[in-house]
Amino acid sequence: MTSAFAGLPGFVEEKEGHGETTVIVERERLLEAARQLRDAEGFNFLADVTSADYLGWGEKGVSGYWGNAGGRDTNSPGSWGFASVPEPKSRRFAVSYHLLALRSEPKRVRLQVWCEDGDPVPSVVPVWPTADWHEREVYDLMGIVFDGHPNLVRILMPEDWAGHPLRKDYPIGGEPVRFSDED
Amino acid sequence: MATTATSPSGTRSPFSTDLSSGRLLYEGSRIPQPIPTILLVPPELEETGDVLTVNFGPNHPSTHGVLRLVVSLDGETVVGLRAVIGYLHTGFEKNMEQKTYWKAITYPARMDYLNFQQNELCFVMAIEKLLGIEPPPKAVWMRTLLAELTRIHSHLVWLGTTGLELGAISIFWYAFRERDLVLDLFEMVTGVRMHTRYFQTGGLAEDIPLGFDAECRRFIDVMPKRVDEYEALFDNNVIFLERTRGVGLLSAEDAIALGQSGPMLRASGVNWDLRRNEPYLVYPELDFDVPVYPDGDVYARYKIHMDEIRQSSRIIRQCLDGMPEGPWILDDRKIVLPPRDELHTSMESLIHHFKLVTEGYRVPEGEVYVPIESARGELGCYLVSDGGPRPWRVHFRAPSLVALEATATCLQQSLIADLIAVAASLDPVMGDVDR
Repeated sequence: MTSAFAGLPGFVEEKEGHGETTVIVERERLLEAARQLRDAEGFNFLADVTSADYLGWGEKGVSGYWGNAGGRDTNSPGSWGFASVPEPKSRRFAVSYHLLALRSEPKRVRLQVWCEDGDPVPSVVPVWPTADWHEREVYDLMGIVFDGHPNLVRILMPEDWAGHPLRKDYPIGGEPVRFSDED
Repeated sequence: MATTATSPSGTRSPFSTDLSSGRLLYEGSRIPQPIPTILLVPPELEETGDVLTVNFGPNHPSTHGVLRLVVSLDGETVVGLRAVIGYLHTGFEKNMEQKTYWKAITYPARMDYLNFQQNELCFVMAIEKLLGIEPPPKAVWMRTLLAELTRIHSHLVWLGTTGLELGAISIFWYAFRERDLVLDLFEMVTGVRMHTRYFQTGGLAEDIPLGFDAECRRFIDVMPKRVDEYEALFDNNVIFLERTRGVGLLSAEDAIALGQSGPMLRASGVNWDLRRNEPYLVYPELDFDVPVYPDGDVYARYKIHMDEIRQSSRIIRQCLDGMPEGPWILDDRKIVLPPRDELHTSMESLIHHFKLVTEGYRVPEGEVYVPIESARGELGCYLVSDGGPRPWRVHFRAPSLVALEATATCLQQSLIADLIAVAASLDPVMGDVDR
């Protein structure tokens, strides 16, 4: 079966899952692919831009492994591992663009690029202006840099915040508490 | 009935069937360049030294919460605008990654605190999509009913606060009077007035209580009449009309380019509603209209909200009529808690209960994006699972965040007084924007 999106610039792979189509393209040619999707395929509506950090993906191992290296960890839910090891990921971060063809026969597709820490992803603001705040949010919370974004500054966290909270190596509750005894 | 409502131009029914009925509101695009969400002061104006920059919010009674607008004014004209958000950022998405799925259901309701049931619904539907389970019919019908009650609740708060911001005090009391009736219904069903956490993976947390049908019918009998009363207050009010008609223009093309959804999109003449165009729950079986107005101004957004309350009442009546009998939650012991009384007699049930509460259920590996039509537009839940009992990544596509992206476009060449009307018409809920 040939993919309907195989003609996209930088096309890597098309996946089907749960009735949703995911099209993975090369990071460097994202902007060309986005233009073609909008102009030729009719995906005129960008619903959402989001990202996921796959650091430590599947490291828990399969069932039968009890607890962590330091001993049995009974307090942590789900420490018994997976039923099967999840499929490994090619790179650390995935950026997903949820596209919608807003017409009488609507169609949705998830455009996805993969990158390592520090790899710049081309900004799609020239194609869909709505990406402005979405990309700022991804930059702010996940630390992915969008090349060509007109105003890439933090949006939800304070301007002087250190780190990107949604990364898997960012601890929860790890921020310093002001006026606490530890000061 | 709502079908008699006409747009201010008087020529078109709001319920057309073609996808786009947008009018030409202005030539070309008004989206600012190069930054689509910021209105920059023209340099030649900056040099005159007459531009005054005012900080509007984050704590201002008419900013709908903690929205901060940095406005540059030339006299009374807005020449520069920048929306600053993040004052209510709570890190819900990060927190949800640390919880098992059934504990995480409490979080989405606290994001958009006026639209709590629909946020919950969106997350639960995403989990169910990954699990590949279908809740029983009674649960699906009840979910539809509650989603529409939530829409009415959200629209009533919008109406009350918007009226208040435009100087109309009485509508606030009227709208909140009806809102209280909705909250009473929620309390009756779930025991809680807000943040109900009534949707459970696989169905509902409890059966529908006796007497709900009658109470709910009493409410939907009265609600459309109250909408007529609200409209009587506004539609003949010269001050309201002057402040809303032709204000905050947004064309259909700009609305799509800016990713607007829900009432914002329909007020710009785009006939798009996920309940009808990409149906979910029992919406395909229901008879309702989608209001569309072509004028793209604040008044059109107000009319959309009014018509939607009427349509929601219609949907709720059909849900009550069609409510099937039967179980309200799946009988799948690997996902759903066993009935409480079995715990005293069945060892199996006790083990299942213990495993579900301590470890939670495992959701198969995969990623899904589930969009639903919330009161504010397309609410999407992006959920990634690694096969464990906790979500690997949860993200919500917040319609309020996207609506605020349109502030700069809507406020091109407008007056400072319009700022209040426009910001209110975008219907931002800051909990949803900042998450």
